[in-house]
Amino acid sequence: MSLRRFFRRTSHDTELKREIESYLDHEIDDNLARGMSQQEARRQAHLKFGSPVRVREELWQANTVEFLDHLRRNLRYSSRALLRAPGFALVCVLVMALGIGATTALFTVVHSVLLKPLPFKDPPRLIRLYEHSADEKFPYNESAAGVYAEWKKQSTGFSDLAILARGFEYGLSGTGGEFPEKVRASECSWDLFPTLGVAPALGRSFTASDDQPSADATVLLSWGLWKRRFGGDPSILNQPIHLDEKSYTIIGVMPAWFAYPGPGVQVWTPIQHEESSKRWQELDNHMFAVVGRLKPGIRETAAQAELTLITRGLHDQHLDNPFISKAANSRPLLEDIVGDYKTPLYVLLAATGCLLLIGCLNVASLLVARGTARRKELAIRAALGGSRWRLLGEHLTESFLLSAAGGMAGLILANAAIQWFVATRQDMNRVEAIHIDAPVVAFAVGLTFLCALFAGFMSSLSIKGNQILSSLQESSRSHSAGHSQVQVRKWLLALEVGLTVVLLIGAGLLLKSYERLRSSNLGCITDNVLTMHLNLPNAKYSQPVQRLSFFETLLARMRALPGVQFAGITTTAPGEDYGGDNGFLIQEHPPLPQGTMQFAIHRWVDPSYFEALGIPFLRGQSFDQNQRLDKANQVIISSSFARQYFGDEDPIGKHLLTLGERPYQIVGVVGDTRHEIAKPAQPMMYFPFYSGTESGGTLAVRASRDVTSLALPIQQIVQELDSELPVSDILTMDQIIGKSTLDASFNASLVLAFAVLSLLLAAVGLFGVLSYIVSQRTTEIGVRIAIGAQRSQVLALMLADGLRPASIGLLLGLAGGVAASKMIGSLLYAVEPLDVSVFTAVAIIIFLVASLACLLPAWRASRLDPIQALRIE
Amino acid sequence: MLILRTLVLGPAHGHTITHVIERTSDDVLQVEQGSLYPALHRLEDRGWLTSYWGSSENNRKAKFYKLTPAGRKQLAAETNRWQERVAAIARVLCVRPE
Repeated sequence: MSLRRFFRRTSHDTELKREIESYLDHEIDDNLARGMSQQEARRQAHLKFGSPVRVREELWQANTVEFLDHLRRNLRYSSRALLRAPGFALVCVLVMALGIGATTALFTVVHSVLLKPLPFKDPPRLIRLYEHSADEKFPYNESAAGVYAEWKKQSTGFSDLAILARGFEYGLSGTGGEFPEKVRASECSWDLFPTLGVAPALGRSFTASDDQPSADATVLLSWGLWKRRFGGDPSILNQPIHLDEKSYTIIGVMPAWFAYPGPGVQVWTPIQHEESSKRWQELDNHMFAVVGRLKPGIRETAAQAELTLITRGLHDQHLDNPFISKAANSRPLLEDIVGDYKTPLYVLLAATGCLLLIGCLNVASLLVARGTARRKELAIRAALGGSRWRLLGEHLTESFLLSAAGGMAGLILANAAIQWFVATRQDMNRVEAIHIDAPVVAFAVGLTFLCALFAGFMSSLSIKGNQILSSLQESSRSHSAGHSQVQVRKWLLALEVGLTVVLLIGAGLLLKSYERLRSSNLGCITDNVLTMHLNLPNAKYSQPVQRLSFFETLLARMRALPGVQFAGITTTAPGEDYGGDNGFLIQEHPPLPQGTMQFAIHRWVDPSYFEALGIPFLRGQSFDQNQRLDKANQVIISSSFARQYFGDEDPIGKHLLTLGERPYQIVGVVGDTRHEIAKPAQPMMYFPFYSGTESGGTLAVRASRDVTSLALPIQQIVQELDSELPVSDILTMDQIIGKSTLDASFNASLVLAFAVLSLLLAAVGLFGVLSYIVSQRTTEIGVRIAIGAQRSQVLALMLADGLRPASIGLLLGLAGGVAASKMIGSLLYAVEPLDVSVFTAVAIIIFLVASLACLLPAWRASRLDPIQALRIE
Repeated sequence: MLILRTLVLGPAHGHTITHVIERTSDDVLQVEQGSLYPALHRLEDRGWLTSYWGSSENNRKAKFYKLTPAGRKQLAAETNRWQERVAAIARVLCVRPE
């Protein structure tokens, strides 16, 4: 009884047949030799041999593995049964594919982004280090270079400690006048790559001698930039490129998968070469990220405590500076990179899980319906001796077949979904790591099996071995169907509705939050405003005078363009970024007690900026025309600045001491603008851009209509002024808002899509169950009508039958929704987790949809012709 | 064991095997067709026999079975064991009650 024989038993059988024939022939020959007639010889031979078929059958049996044989028979039987009802099969497979596909896709993202270790050497020992800000408001604040220098000098817990700066951009231009472009960059200490355990794919990494102010300028390229801009040419090594019009030597190309500190970083430069040596003395300029590799055997907490001690020492040495942190902080590097995505991704995964569960319930309920339709057949087979296990096995095989087909379609679907996800979320850290791999496939297969078991067992709850007689009797007359089946289906339905309610509540809350986010006031005009980034390289424009004349000319020419209403420039536009801040003192106020700090976000703007963006003046006016170069000494503050630091006082005419130079006189108070759309406005101060200290920023243009058509003419002006200047991030204000609300809109629309799908599934489920109940109760309804029941009564009866499970589900779902809304609380903006309007709306929607789904079958029941109903037998 | 023994003389097909067994045992042992083929297949599965299609002495196609070295060893072992058992039974039977 070997497996080999089992799978080849047909060929064995034909061989045996031939063998037996040859045996008989030999026997006949012998008999002929004994002198028998041909006929007699044949007869005797057969007599002696017995039945050849029996021999074959015995051998066949002996070669059969019973379990596999049953499985095969079940498979064949089920696939035939399914093919006979292609519509049913298709719906089930589709539903399963949707559920499995969506869940697998989300799992792939969660697995690749959150769970997989970073692709660095020994990733558990890599940690991100922060300063815990002195005012306790920013537990994960960036580090000052001076503090890092002390950490590096004094600490013992790390085998490597590297520093880097993010969010830089260089204007990249070739040596031969190629098209200039902006590239995202990171400045890092030379030991960042050894710390991470990453080597360049081509060339070499930085050495300590590259990472010095006096060293020759060197740069590492990303794989993508090398392929795109340099055609993947290896001879590019040791060739110069121009970054911000300074020459750098390309020493290496990083591997394609390497994307630290974030996606889209295209060049790395040595930090000590780039930053002024003054930086390494600064203890209060929090702008760098620090990454450390723990020595073996050292715990994160111990290492952190050591750094805290060092930081505290620095703080105590400079008690006059309130901006020096008192403590260090740390968390695993992976947590730092992807920590923000945890909640949204898990919420989405939970949503797809709900969708899958609903899909399974729907398939189960469809299977129950089919099982009921085939009750008579099953009962007869049970009566003829089909064992209960055999019937159950068949049942499971059917749901297994459906899930397997669904799983396969689901994987294809998941693949497409992942591609879409990666394409839409290029902003996400580690997005490059997302792809389907072995664990994901294993997950999908496991999921498929689970679904098969779940749907199969849920639906086979109604198969009972001991009901042969009753079901034969029942189905011989068109009685109401067995109570248990209907009960099971109603429970399935209630569950389904409940899950749908949870999803709908989640979607409703996220949607409302997104709506609030979109409509929240940035504090400026957003219609028909175009922005773009422009930065003057220090090498070419080293003097403030040069910058001033460039920007003055540029703005004047922009204003002269037909269609342009206003044009202005700022270092950072509303909604773009935090931008940076400064501590300050008010000259007219008494000195602050030691250890207290006052700071506000800073901006540099030209005098017409407020007009261009429609930011209103509450008091005073804009800078006067003398605010240029060294003469600049005016400042404008925002209304929350005035409220917080001046109270009822009139701030106009007061002086701010900041930037370490001279007092700035407050000449105006403007309305608040938000630096980030989801965050309340913070105190802001505006300095004159024409002082010439800033090398670039965001140009803002307002037009009466179709502002995007101005992008090209403005770029042309820039090109005419300096042909090597790249312009980047050409976005309308609305696009900036869209970009910063991408996450919210993405989550809300995905969850909404899942919720709508499950609503549809639940409605179909309700409709199916009630239609089925009606068809089962046709006779009963006929009798009711015949003996005088009003049609409206029948309608009400049937409606109540369908709506009961829906309302149970609604209650379950509302309870589940309360729990779920707590979970997504951190994703909500300006919406309470227990938002009454959302809960009410969902309840009404569910009730309406359920009523609609039930109405048609109920109405059909009430229209029954009693004569026909009774004659239906 | 009997089948293996008949094949010591050389490859043979099913009919010959039956005949040889019946002849040599003076028709005391009758070979059931229902057990011959399963037995052959089993022996083949265990690697004691190999089979091939060839033509028989009277020019008919027939499936021939041939002893493998492993089968030869097995036969020797089985024969030994059998003889020991027969001898033991004979000794028991020969002991006369007093």
